[in-house]
Amino acid sequence: MDIMPKWVDIIVVPLFSLFLAAFLAALLILAIGESPVAALNLMIEGTLLRSAGWGYMLYYTTNFIFTGLAVSVAFHAALFNIGGEGQAMIGGLGVALVCLFIPWPHWTLAIIGASIGAALFGMIWAGLPAYLQAKRGSHIVITTIMFNFIAAGVLIFFVVDVLKPTGSMDPASANFPASTHLPTFQDIASLMGFENAFRSAPANVSFFIALFACVATWYLVWRSPLGYEIRALGKSGAAARYAGVRPVKIIMIAMMISGALCGMMAINTTQGESERLILNFTEGAGFIGIAVALMGRSHPAGVFLAALLFGFLYQGGAELALWTKIPREMIVVIQALVILFTGALSLMVRAPLERFFMSIKKADV
Amino acid sequence: MIDFLTLIQVLDGTLRLATPLLLVCLAGLFSERAGIFDIGLEGKLLAAAFVSAAFAAITGSVWLGLLGGVLASILLSLLHGLASITLRGDQIISGVAINFLAAGLTVVIAQDLFGQGGRTPPLKSGGRFEPLNFPWSISSKEMSDAGPLMQLYSELLSGHSLLVYLALLTVPLSWFVLYKTRFGLRLRAVGENPAAVDTAGISVVGLRYGAVVIGGILCGIAGAYIATSLQANFTKDMSAGRGFIALAALIFAKWRPWYALGACLLFGFFFAVDNRFQNILMPAWALSSLLIFISIVLLSYVWKKDYLDKVVLGGLALGIAIISFMVISSVWTSGLSSQVKIPVVFIQSLPYVLTVVVLAGFVGRAIPPKAGGQPYIKER
Repeated sequence: MDIMPKWVDIIVVPLFSLFLAAFLAALLILAIGESPVAALNLMIEGTLLRSAGWGYMLYYTTNFIFTGLAVSVAFHAALFNIGGEGQAMIGGLGVALVCLFIPWPHWTLAIIGASIGAALFGMIWAGLPAYLQAKRGSHIVITTIMFNFIAAGVLIFFVVDVLKPTGSMDPASANFPASTHLPTFQDIASLMGFENAFRSAPANVSFFIALFACVATWYLVWRSPLGYEIRALGKSGAAARYAGVRPVKIIMIAMMISGALCGMMAINTTQGESERLILNFTEGAGFIGIAVALMGRSHPAGVFLAALLFGFLYQGGAELALWTKIPREMIVVIQALVILFTGALSLMVRAPLERFFMSIKKADV
Repeated sequence: MIDFLTLIQVLDGTLRLATPLLLVCLAGLFSERAGIFDIGLEGKLLAAAFVSAAFAAITGSVWLGLLGGVLASILLSLLHGLASITLRGDQIISGVAINFLAAGLTVVIAQDLFGQGGRTPPLKSGGRFEPLNFPWSISSKEMSDAGPLMQLYSELLSGHSLLVYLALLTVPLSWFVLYKTRFGLRLRAVGENPAAVDTAGISVVGLRYGAVVIGGILCGIAGAYIATSLQANFTKDMSAGRGFIALAALIFAKWRPWYALGACLLFGFFFAVDNRFQNILMPAWALSSLLIFISIVLLSYVWKKDYLDKVVLGGLALGIAIISFMVISSVWTSGLSSQVKIPVVFIQSLPYVLTVVVLAGFVGRAIPPKAGGQPYIKER
């Protein structure tokens, strides 16, 4: 069964997929009359060679780590959580309620409260589709898509009809109190004496919570009995049931962890960046989580690297849109190609590699 | 109460807004009946809308636009087929990828071709499908003076683009193809039990590709309709989730053509109501008793169920009851018969909520084709 060595499967296959996606994207950039090399240089310049670029990149990365982990936890239970977008929106609602209506003395307490609120709300929003899948057999992909749209409606209702201050024309809640302000990388850097670092970049301390979530997810999935049950159910439902795993319970728990992770994305965007609840704050991050999880092979370390890559692409894409005639949507194309090659067309990517390693093995024998 | 002409106008809007849903829904029907899940309907619709508007804008001919849209949609269908039939990849992931591919490529190419921020220029008269006015129909200016039958004839039946009538015709056509032809029987069989079809010596791969391409054609027509008839140019993300609503309608319709017509008209009606009325008012007592009724039905259902049902559905019932009490308390001073405004977002969310209810199987269980979503592997 294992034709290829493990490292090929983990490293070469995703990189090869990425290379294919980048190659097609380069052709597209050529076709619209720009130079791919110049575009890449511009992306690197605007992202990796400036501290503010890093600040933006890590801000996006934080979102993608949360949603990527969320999708990957669900993947381990053989569930496809396509509803990250909606869970993040409802998580944002949780953050806003916690930040607006509880008088927090200090941000360290506020971030704990907001995390709990975000996770709880995201959990509830993922719990309903999970329940429908576990007990009623409704396909989780369809229900989570529907819940994305319902979440958008709920968010609009709360922002426009409930939380918007009277007299304001802006579809947004009131600003959160100053005591909930999360230190950004700029704040931290100026504490250490670097006044000019990360200027006006939105990356903030929730990045470290995302890193912690990576470690926690790794422990949960690979080192805890619960993670074992999740993976067992995902690999073979029948065998897991025979071994005493209760599918209903595991589906519920896996999806609720997934929803909680998606919801926690909102502490970065809502508490950390906008500091008030706005519409469209998710910016498609829930869907990018799918690409991140596929690219990262559903492993937290892989998710972290893939989230960095997509953070780079998003910040770089913004630079491209600013300085060239390559629109931001180019990144969406690259994202689609990555999903295509790492997910749907993986057999096409793997087949030549497998053939190559087959021939090596035969030569050895 | 609303007058007859307003009702006719809302129904007219229903028909116009239901048309793309219906075509996409039938596209999904063919695909899913053959066992191929198609989350990528939205992407195909968007791609077809863009290509048809671009072709129509450049050539000035709406027919070339339609052709281009259909070809673009078929191309994406073939990509989906390659991934999910030939390469036996994950059908859901392939569909997701196609949606993003369309969302990104349409804007990138539109920006390069037209340089108008991802839009196409407005289409001139030859590049659009014009409304077909039936003989003796009257114009909208004279409408308010005409009799009810004339209003019905001129506003509701006449004055739509050719594609609306075409979409309505595809319903009996789909029913005929699926239930009265050999191809249809085989197509349905391949979605239920591909091994049996294969044993009979019929190509599973061929049938599935056929179904996916039919879906591509229908999505293509729907895309051309929204860009060249419903509106007169392409704008970024103009499909606006219609592909997913069509998917919802498909489940609502339990994968049957005539039911699909009903579901799409119902969902189209929600959108027409939403377009026409800014606020929907309801007496407070009616709204809160409706909510309490739903809550009681849920509670009585979970009474003898197990713990998880009690927590989830009981929690839901509690939430609905709380909303109902909030409605009552908000009108406490002005009396229970005063009107409360129902936010339009709830009307917009209704199709999704109804679909979830149907999926949950509380009202008329929806059972998908048995082999849906699984690639067919011959050797097994």
